[in-house]
Amino acid sequence: MTEGIGARVKRTEDRRFITGKGKYTDDIRMENQAYAAFVRSPHAHAKVTGIDRSAAEAMEGVVAVLDGHQLTGDGIGNIICGWAITSKDGSAMNMGAWSALATDRVRYVGDAVAVVIADTAAQARLAAEAVEVEYEELPAVTNAEKALAEGAPQLHDNAPGNLIYDWEIGEEAATDEALAGAAHVTELPIVNNRVSPNAMEPRSAVAIYDEADEHYTLYTTSQNPHVARLVLSAFYNVAPEHKLRVVAPDVGGGFGSKIYIYPEEITCLWASMKTGRSVKWTSTRSEAFMTDAHGRDHVSKARIGFDTEGKIVGLKVDTIANFGAYMSLFSSAVPTYLYATLLSGQYDIQNIHCNVRAVYTNTVPVDAYRGAGRPEACYLVERLMETAAREMGADPAELRRKNFITEFPHQTPVIMNYDSGDFHGNLDKAMAAADVAGFDERRKEAAARGKLRGLGYSCYIEACGIAPSAAVGSLGAGVGLWESAEVRVNPVGTIEVLTGSHSHGQGHETTFAQVVADRFGVPLNSVSIVHGDTDKVQFGMGTYGSRSGAVGLSAISRAMDKVEAKVKKIAAHTLEAAEDDIVIEGGEVKVAGTDRKMAWHEVGLAAYTGHNLPPDMEPGLKEGAFYDPVNFTFPAGAYICEVEVDPDTGVTEIVQFTAADDFGTIINPMIVEGQVHGGVAQGIGQALLENVVYDDAGQLLTGSYMDYAMPRAWDTPFYTLEHNTTVCPNNPLGLKGCGEAGAIGAPPAVINAITDAIGDNDLQMPATPQKVWRMIQATQTPIAAE
Amino acid sequence: MYPTKYHKPASLEDAVAGLRSAEDGALLAGGQTLLPTMKQHLAAPTDLIDIRGIDGMSGIRVEGDVLVIGAATTHAEVAGSSDVQAAIPALAQLASGIGDAAVRHMGTIGGSVANNDPVADYPSAVLALGATIVTDRREIAAEDYFQGMFMTALEEAEIIRELRFPKPRRAAYAKFPNPASRYALVGVFVADTAAGACVAVTGASESGVFRHEGLEAALSGDFSADAVDGVEISSEGFMSDIHADADYRANLVRVMARRAVAALG
Repeated sequence: MTEGIGARVKRTEDRRFITGKGKYTDDIRMENQAYAAFVRSPHAHAKVTGIDRSAAEAMEGVVAVLDGHQLTGDGIGNIICGWAITSKDGSAMNMGAWSALATDRVRYVGDAVAVVIADTAAQARLAAEAVEVEYEELPAVTNAEKALAEGAPQLHDNAPGNLIYDWEIGEEAATDEALAGAAHVTELPIVNNRVSPNAMEPRSAVAIYDEADEHYTLYTTSQNPHVARLVLSAFYNVAPEHKLRVVAPDVGGGFGSKIYIYPEEITCLWASMKTGRSVKWTSTRSEAFMTDAHGRDHVSKARIGFDTEGKIVGLKVDTIANFGAYMSLFSSAVPTYLYATLLSGQYDIQNIHCNVRAVYTNTVPVDAYRGAGRPEACYLVERLMETAAREMGADPAELRRKNFITEFPHQTPVIMNYDSGDFHGNLDKAMAAADVAGFDERRKEAAARGKLRGLGYSCYIEACGIAPSAAVGSLGAGVGLWESAEVRVNPVGTIEVLTGSHSHGQGHETTFAQVVADRFGVPLNSVSIVHGDTDKVQFGMGTYGSRSGAVGLSAISRAMDKVEAKVKKIAAHTLEAAEDDIVIEGGEVKVAGTDRKMAWHEVGLAAYTGHNLPPDMEPGLKEGAFYDPVNFTFPAGAYICEVEVDPDTGVTEIVQFTAADDFGTIINPMIVEGQVHGGVAQGIGQALLENVVYDDAGQLLTGSYMDYAMPRAWDTPFYTLEHNTTVCPNNPLGLKGCGEAGAIGAPPAVINAITDAIGDNDLQMPATPQKVWRMIQATQTPIAAE
Repeated sequence: MYPTKYHKPASLEDAVAGLRSAEDGALLAGGQTLLPTMKQHLAAPTDLIDIRGIDGMSGIRVEGDVLVIGAATTHAEVAGSSDVQAAIPALAQLASGIGDAAVRHMGTIGGSVANNDPVADYPSAVLALGATIVTDRREIAAEDYFQGMFMTALEEAEIIRELRFPKPRRAAYAKFPNPASRYALVGVFVADTAAGACVAVTGASESGVFRHEGLEAALSGDFSADAVDGVEISSEGFMSDIHADADYRANLVRVMARRAVAALG
């Protein structure tokens, strides 16, 4: 099969992307289009005591200046968090009110207080500067630990102490007891640094109100247009669902940040109705840094205990999660069910307890970012394992092997039931490819050049395709997490697949078509993938959490089952054979063991002409499916990073990075490798470079690329990639997911390598040259020239 | 950006006149600092006077022992010039490390020197090489020209025409880039000249580019990497920010100085 499952097919969508022919939201231009510019708070925390719109309203080109009182007065609802978390004392989480345009109080720098609609973007921006907002400044707090402290500035009246929830998982008493009896306990403070998502395409919205039909259309940069429509309709009261179409055309990256429905999209829809104009807004990069939901920002204390044999007896974790100023759409689930449930890692741990406090601060809201909770869990567990091995004088690989789960299914004490995996096999492959055996020689050779060489491991496990719907519902999710598909075979045999998944860089148009081509033996170019439009696609939950393969493609597979059944019925009828004898092969529908056959397109034509169908069969060849998984999927792998640190400057160079992943079935190895490259690069970015910094007053110090350090090509090595496949037993194609693995597995491997190189475990991300240099100075590591 | 009027004068005289008559005029050469600043609404000149069309403002030539570079010459032109590579290879290498390719094809040496950003690369070369800044009305020695962060000896409506670099015996530039912006977190330009060793440091000081007397004294006696090791590098007056504090910058001054000298073999 040159185009089917397993084929390295070049991405069909790239032709339009690399020739500049993609159609993004900002490319959409309407007749009568006006532009929105937002008036944003320069203060991290303040009362809004007055807004004077008169100067702005008088400016050239200004259509309207609108504020939060008008917005709420028109019944636009507050922005919600869609996953209810219950505190350990049984109380509901404390969700503070978040209006798309602030009415009486602003809580972070960038909080929108008003919007100007004008004929041109430049006029809107000039007028926005002329809106005079009167603020009464309040003290601010940006650090989550400080926000919990007595006397800290309070953000929301209904969240005393800035506490959103105080949640726990696992058995605390049993874990304490296990740790008390441990032969060795390793304890580490772990900071998971706050990062900015930095999708290449900034957020954008074009809102169109049709007064005659009372109908709205929103073009927007979304990873999940149906979810956007649902929330805009059910909670924000913009319009009922049948009067609201949401289209997410080509979208240039999301990494989670485009899951959520932000104030700007809501405001544009409302403003379009208010002004009778189509309203466009495209974020500047500065606005993106200020307003796109950030990721991570955990501070944890973790203790892991071992018996005399090196077996783990217990793990106890206390985590504080910074949520920013408001609860974003899925924020509450990230440091709970997407984080603490993965704290067992790849290891057989009988006792785990994790407490999580979610906290408001005067910073931009924090939500899921590539990996979402799982990177935080993996980083914590893998830093602990490496550090424990060093403290106990054990080989880090051997200590892991001693604790690997080897039998599946495996029930962890923190909800997850791992369905499959081969953790020894992953590590074997990684160690062989990384030539771990030759490391000591390489370290000596580096020392002769005055460089400190180190090697670090990371054996990650994650959970993709979050499911099933009934289970997540019982845990507080406000939505089901299934996926839908419709497969349409046209009268000429070409195939359209309508999917609720959304591609914003993943290459679905290629991989999904490969699966269809593989199933029916038709050419890849006879299959097209339709997504991203609520008027075209029946429904969908969108793309995040590496769910498009495991859930989205499973739905397509189920729809194809139905198509196949009907095709066989038609062929059996036409060829006068038994249905069971019909096989679909190489674009033909045949009676097995005979020369009787129909071409694929002949079946399509027969279905649509309806001239000769079995009795009682409806014409047409189009089937749909809604697929709800029975479990998460569990991609896992072993990463090995090798670094050289320059002791004079503290600069870390990643000289070798080996990733051995188990993603289950692989549809397109080239696209999977690209996902690993991108994920690992993001992980390296978080480990070495990226860091969002607010000053104590709440001003964003990393508000542009002058100060926010993104990884560049030269910061990353040429990767060595290996695959070790155990098929997922729970979905039709055996897929596990690959989109987030790199970002999850890479950071601990990088930091473990640096701490190995410098001989000091007390390193927090990002490992900037200054930080590493200072640690080398403190430990007086000699330049071991030999 | 705010509305502004664009002018493209054909002569230096017209450019000076344009600047004088503007309410709040700004010179535009490559625009790699000015235009982003205007786009962010942090600058709002009423008039932009584009000097790139003026005859003789760009180009590279050698006059005896002096390398002459027109003010509107781009970084890419300096980096790629065989004359620069032959006369002062360190200058070509410095230019090749400014910004990214797009910046190097727009940004100009005159613009960089006129702006005197404390983290820009060129000021260190101009100062260490003892270059002369030639303006529309006079010649200014490098040591008189740089007067602190973003401050220069340029008068109202004075325009740099060209820079004259005397050829050193040898020179090298070592830069530690800011991990985010790739500007110099510290850049050290060392030149072995007839007048002795000259060492200029950019990126480090709150007062902008400066010559390091301690390093110069050590290198004038013994122009070797080892000579750098014994020099005390004070962090007093150095910048501290989220990327590097003053002490780390002081360390980098030593390490970059050592590497620059070592690069000369």
